[in-house]
Amino acid sequence: MANPLKTEVIRLYKNLLYLGRDYPQGSAYFRQRLKSAFMKNKDVTDPEKIKQLVARGDFVIKELEALYFLRKYRAMKKRYYEPEK
Amino acid sequence: MSGRVLVGVKRVIDYAVKIRVKPDNTGVVTDGVKHSMNPFCEIAVEEAVKLKEKKLIKEVVAVSCGPQQSQETIRTALAMGADRGIHVEVSGKDYENLGPLQVSKILAALAKKEDAQLILLGKQAIDDDCNQTGQMTAALLDWPQGTFASEVSLEGDKINLVREIDGGLEHIKINTPAVVTADLRLNTPRYATLPNIMKAKKKKIATMKPADLGVDLTSRLEVLKVEEPPQRQAGMKVETVEDLVGKLKEAGRI
Repeated sequence: MANPLKTEVIRLYKNLLYLGRDYPQGSAYFRQRLKSAFMKNKDVTDPEKIKQLVARGDFVIKELEALYFLRKYRAMKKRYYEPEK
Repeated sequence: MSGRVLVGVKRVIDYAVKIRVKPDNTGVVTDGVKHSMNPFCEIAVEEAVKLKEKKLIKEVVAVSCGPQQSQETIRTALAMGADRGIHVEVSGKDYENLGPLQVSKILAALAKKEDAQLILLGKQAIDDDCNQTGQMTAALLDWPQGTFASEVSLEGDKINLVREIDGGLEHIKINTPAVVTADLRLNTPRYATLPNIMKAKKKKIATMKPADLGVDLTSRLEVLKVEEPPQRQAGMKVETVEDLVGKLKEAGRI
């Protein structure tokens, strides 16, 4: 892998791993899926393709943040507020 | 005006964890259980950081009262954008008895010491559900309070607030300095990602004891017993309307 891209990929992996601690089905399950997803692409050498994959990874980060927020919001709404008629 | 905002954050058991009562009924199991920042406190931090980003206030100070682990909660607030933290160290028996009255005394003393213009808190903690700290702090400081805020805007030295109340929404205008407590729909808190946590490591957290602020922690409350809510009774299915009427008569309902 080209050097600047290598740091990008490692940064992405670390960020996703950190996010995975709050994953609803458990951080171990998340880590397993994360590792296999990265391992599946370990032989990719084309810089363009790597950039695309990293961008997809960043998108997954946004999706996870949205998931966590919605779960929490819905739980709080259910617990503390009257159901809407 | 100092342009300084104090945000209180509380370390509570994570909202998604299944709570278990201790076998001796003195409390809830906390050892080894996942803890995180109270969701309403997250909303308060987000509001403070938003005000700073709009350049309406100058500094956001995150405060937490509790044992050593409370510093993790302050770090999360720093990662969300707070400038510095204050950890008021309370542990052991004092921590078990720490309630809204003691915390509000601490916050009031800190507000005076730090010359705060605004105190932002969550409306209630999801562990004790007291919904008292904001109100008590305002009373101790003799400051106006805007509780259950779902919209906050600063207008000169006044605050325009929309409050979520039972009947609907209430619009009020209060003077500063003031205490505001955040309700669910105030904003969408940002997630403290790893890069932000790393950057926040450079920010300072000052530690102090309640005695340094001249606060007495004695509690006037004593927890007698903690027990699980009653198990939900299983429902019953009946075949016909006559059966239903019969069962209702049996239960003395009609």
